[in-house]
Amino acid sequence: MMDSKTVVLQKIRNALPAQRERREPEYAAIQRKYLQAGEHDSAHRLALFEQRLRDYDAGLHRCGSSTIAETIAGVLRERQKKSLLVAAEIPVKWLPQNLTFVHNDALTYAEIDHSEGVLTGCATAIASTGTIVLRHSNEAGGRALTLIPDYHLCIVHAEKVVETVPEGLRQMASFAAAAITMISGPSATSDIEMTRIKGVHGPRTLDVILVI
Amino acid sequence: MTVRVGEAAQAPDFPSASHELLQNAQLRRNVRRATEVIRAKRNRVVAETPDWEELREAARQIKDHTLRHLDFYLEQFEENCSRAGGQVHWAQDADEANRIIVEILQERGHKEVIKVKTMTSDEIGLNAALEGEAITPYETDLADLIVQLGNDRPSHIVVPALHRNRNEIRQLFMEKMGLKELGDRPEDLTAAARAYLRDKFLRVEAAISGANFAVAETGSVCVVESEGNGRMCLSLPKLLITLVGIEKIIPHFTDLEVFLQLLPRSATGERMNPYNSIWTGFSASDGPQEFHVVLLDNGRTNVLADADAESAGRAAGTAAAVMSAGVTSAKDTLDCIRCGACLNVCPVYRQTGGHAYGSVYAGPIGAILTPQLQSMQHSQSLPYASSLCGACYEVCPVKINIPEILIHLRSKIVEQGAAPLSERWEMNAAAFTLARSNRLAVAQKFARVAQWPFERDGFLHNLPGPFRAWLQSRDLPALPKESFREWWAKTKRGPGK
Repeated sequence: MMDSKTVVLQKIRNALPAQRERREPEYAAIQRKYLQAGEHDSAHRLALFEQRLRDYDAGLHRCGSSTIAETIAGVLRERQKKSLLVAAEIPVKWLPQNLTFVHNDALTYAEIDHSEGVLTGCATAIASTGTIVLRHSNEAGGRALTLIPDYHLCIVHAEKVVETVPEGLRQMASFAAAAITMISGPSATSDIEMTRIKGVHGPRTLDVILVI
Repeated sequence: MTVRVGEAAQAPDFPSASHELLQNAQLRRNVRRATEVIRAKRNRVVAETPDWEELREAARQIKDHTLRHLDFYLEQFEENCSRAGGQVHWAQDADEANRIIVEILQERGHKEVIKVKTMTSDEIGLNAALEGEAITPYETDLADLIVQLGNDRPSHIVVPALHRNRNEIRQLFMEKMGLKELGDRPEDLTAAARAYLRDKFLRVEAAISGANFAVAETGSVCVVESEGNGRMCLSLPKLLITLVGIEKIIPHFTDLEVFLQLLPRSATGERMNPYNSIWTGFSASDGPQEFHVVLLDNGRTNVLADADAESAGRAAGTAAAVMSAGVTSAKDTLDCIRCGACLNVCPVYRQTGGHAYGSVYAGPIGAILTPQLQSMQHSQSLPYASSLCGACYEVCPVKINIPEILIHLRSKIVEQGAAPLSERWEMNAAAFTLARSNRLAVAQKFARVAQWPFERDGFLHNLPGPFRAWLQSRDLPALPKESFREWWAKTKRGPGK
């Protein structure tokens, strides 16, 4: 008896024409007349990114590269947070004094569940859709870290923000082997009477610090 | 090999099922309201996308190309997924896929499993198969949870519980979750679901997901979702099994740039849905430590084999040949990315809701997919569940010409001799009459006399026998006293001469 792989592939080959175009040139001939690269300058691109984030009700802050630590301190004071989990690749110089930051890959899900929130960076960001791209387990930490806590503070460097989805995907292709999470606003559902409810299972509050 | 699409083989036909559902005013209100909200959101975010048509065209071409080389891309996916540590299985039909999944779970002693929304698992009846082996599946998508707790059936591809309103859901949650008090705001109901599922996410060690896209070039899998239940299932358990229909393959990683723009806008009216997860095999330091992919045929190769609606129709000399002079093929059905936009605009779906289609795939796409998966052996009333208005084709993000495929399938049903006897008799009579002008003239004279007892104010309001159904919801203009040919013969050269 033939195995199922052989049977399925045989059925596919029987269904397709005996004479086929060569694959690569046919793929290359696919028309891609859609917008590839963005048209905005960097100031407009960042403004668009911020506007999209605001549409998603994300908290929004700007700072320079020398004031990251104090900006984080300010955001956490406002949110009344004393302690956050952090991804291992977050530079220590970002972390303000007098607050507790824990990076520990051995935490159980229950321990992560009891945390006040998580601080991460991001690999790239897409302005037109307000998307933050997390690369695990690099600057975003393990997948559970940005998922189980109810609060996520994300540091986005301006030079990582691209304008269009195609530009974002080309960035992502360079680390496609990693697990990737694209976040476009806090988790949400419209399953009950199409009313959008923010915060189902992922973090209910997302703050973004844009480093210019 | 037997292709099973949920309970479609046992379901009542569309006319009888819809007749019953049309009496349910509450359900019709819920469906109408929900589809109106999604349509408005979808139209807004599509209108702000200047390159929408170019994206649709690129998507169609990518899908066409992939299907033409599906054997190559499936093997490429298997190779790359395996290299990254995934284990790939192939299933010819629903029973084989269920058996593979049950065995993986049983060998590792799992008695519970959490599930991310997968229509494909509903198609193969996976939950029943799991329960039959004493494995408890927990649906984690809010709408799926509502459907599962209510022992209900999904009625929409994207929003399966769209037929339920907040009061019905509140009653259901209080009863099934053992809650004494619960508000009826969607916020309250969502919070109850969050609390109910939290423990399962953190505790259950096996998960089952579907896939929106599987990338041949890298062996990556992509799941698109909103609530975070997908991320929970894909990230936290030790074991992950992903069920993938063979048509979900795309060639290159960057092809996602097209589909990730089309799908969220078409499905939920968002520029991008809150969460997309993309992963490749497994990583020793993070996420599930064992990853299986089940590649499912279950009739998809039958659809692929019906390569050309045009040539099939032309050979049979049917109307489909005339209608499909373009490049539409019935196999285009496999291009579908399950966005549900065609359901939301369909005047038939918006009246009946999803259950009338007797399949997990409702609406226009269900009307062409379900019968084809089953080699046209069941669900033969579905291709007729359409007014052919074309709204589905207009919104389809991958440009599937659903009306043409519907006509093609209707012609196949007639060729199989499955059309009702009365219809065949009528069509034969019409063909005979219309073949010669003198036969038509005799028929017109006869009809003019015969219509006399039924005519009122120039209209026919009801007719006996096989014509009764035709006039149930419309009036037919009565035949005039004189036909055009008679008038022409009398005046010779037209009026005023």
